[in-house]
Amino acid sequence: MENRPLEYDYTVAKLFMYNAIFVGLAGMLAGVVLAWQMAFPQFNYVLGMDLAEYTNFGRLRAIHTDSVIYGFVLSAIWSTWYYVGQRVLKVSMAESKFLMFIGKAHFWIYIAASLIIVVSMQLGITSSKEYSEFEWPIDAGIVILWVLWGISIFGLIGIRREKALYISIWYYIATFLAVAMLHIFNNAEIPTYFLTGGIGNWYHSVSMYAGTNDALVQWWFGHNAVAFVLTTPIVAMSYYFLPKESGQAVYSYKLSLLAFWGLMFVYLWAGGHHLLFSTVPDWMQTMGSVFSVVLILPSWGSAINMMLTMKGEWQQVASSPLIKFMVMASTFYMFSTLEGPIQAIKSVNALAHFTDWIVGHVHDGALGWVGFMVIAALYHMAPRMFKREIYSKSLMTTQFWIQTLGVILYFTSMWIAGITQGMMWRAHDEFGNLAYSFIDTVTVLHPYYTIRAIGGTLYLVGMAMFAYNMYKTMTSSRVVEESELQNATPMGA
Amino acid sequence: MDIATLQAYGFFFFTAFLVAILYGYIYHLYSSQKKGKRDYEKYGNLALNDDINDPLVEEKSRDL
Repeated sequence: MENRPLEYDYTVAKLFMYNAIFVGLAGMLAGVVLAWQMAFPQFNYVLGMDLAEYTNFGRLRAIHTDSVIYGFVLSAIWSTWYYVGQRVLKVSMAESKFLMFIGKAHFWIYIAASLIIVVSMQLGITSSKEYSEFEWPIDAGIVILWVLWGISIFGLIGIRREKALYISIWYYIATFLAVAMLHIFNNAEIPTYFLTGGIGNWYHSVSMYAGTNDALVQWWFGHNAVAFVLTTPIVAMSYYFLPKESGQAVYSYKLSLLAFWGLMFVYLWAGGHHLLFSTVPDWMQTMGSVFSVVLILPSWGSAINMMLTMKGEWQQVASSPLIKFMVMASTFYMFSTLEGPIQAIKSVNALAHFTDWIVGHVHDGALGWVGFMVIAALYHMAPRMFKREIYSKSLMTTQFWIQTLGVILYFTSMWIAGITQGMMWRAHDEFGNLAYSFIDTVTVLHPYYTIRAIGGTLYLVGMAMFAYNMYKTMTSSRVVEESELQNATPMGA
Repeated sequence: MDIATLQAYGFFFFTAFLVAILYGYIYHLYSSQKKGKRDYEKYGNLALNDDINDPLVEEKSRDL
């Protein structure tokens, strides 16, 4: 047998990358349709009245959120894990047939689960928990999927050559452990068919918790899903890809450790801010507020570390669109981790709660921070996986500006819409009569909903450019030598 | 002392304890670096020198 030198094996990382690009496009398309539906309700039956059941806002909304969070982002997280994990631990997947099998099983079970989820969501089968809509058989499948990833993480760590675990690995481990805990506790549910001796559908269930307790567990889950699916693994990416692409070691490794433990401790207590002015105990609401404000510190600890990593190398922001994506992502991270705590202050929340400002906040984080960091990570990995340069630098730059404009239109329109809504809802005359009815707010908000839809459409156009650039990079771009792949990613014109 | 007062004292001292741990950790990180016990900053190279043939930043000892 030929004795070939050892190389990293990106088989599984590639599979997850394909899925991230495909589901990213599909999930964001669903989001854009929803945005147009909000502005022009006739889009609810965009495929005709016969299919309105499947295209209306209620059905598509969960498809959008679940596919961008658990389809696009999670696939990207796993693609980067199977790439970064090998590299910083200095061990190849090719060295373990067992881990390679686990990695492939991880991917294919994930694809099977995703298909079942899409079908069940379209059929309207849901446990009605936001971001956790799946019924119990799917929840059980997700446990298997998660255990496979765990075997993959700790298996790779077990055969590593490097003694120390790079900071990114800590963040991936945190993602694994926290989501395991969140998933199990929030999805503790009772399959009603079996308990009642055959009433209803076999897949139906009710939550183990009731009333306020259910809301508390739900938002402990919901906010920490943001923390451990949309934050910690993305921080893991930024600690690896920004230093690697810029050729600068992270500014302060000590600060990265400190910010890690700070984030771990503080984040888990902040979910109560979703339930301000609800029936949960007042002290719990206050605690949610206080911890949300404290959360600025560890979040900015990582974000400032990213910015300082670029110290003395800021010309790279001008010259490389890939660095642009990552610096803009860190900027949006700072921005949304300041905006979130502001919204969690009780007096601000009295205005902001249930308004479009919250939707705006979610999207400047999701599109500006998570989306940009994921896009940058995939762009960085592709030439190293396929040994080809990025197909077009100018296309990437154009994509960056189109998407940045999209995000700005999105969050600014939602700021105005949200604050207008909040003000109108609580405006009253001297006798305490409400000054406006609900339909008055709808009329006023229409232009902002249209601007939001345009912003979302621009972001989707950028995603299509990204998908095309990645496809060309994988298939027909110039072949590069290993020596060209050290730091800055090689790009064609 | 009623339960609410006890809770308040408990809350205060627990917070103070956590703050002490946090500052202790910061002190530990920076003093270990200064005294030369451990160079934390070298771990930044784990991302930069990550080719499979690059020299190890810190070798995993065989007896682990």
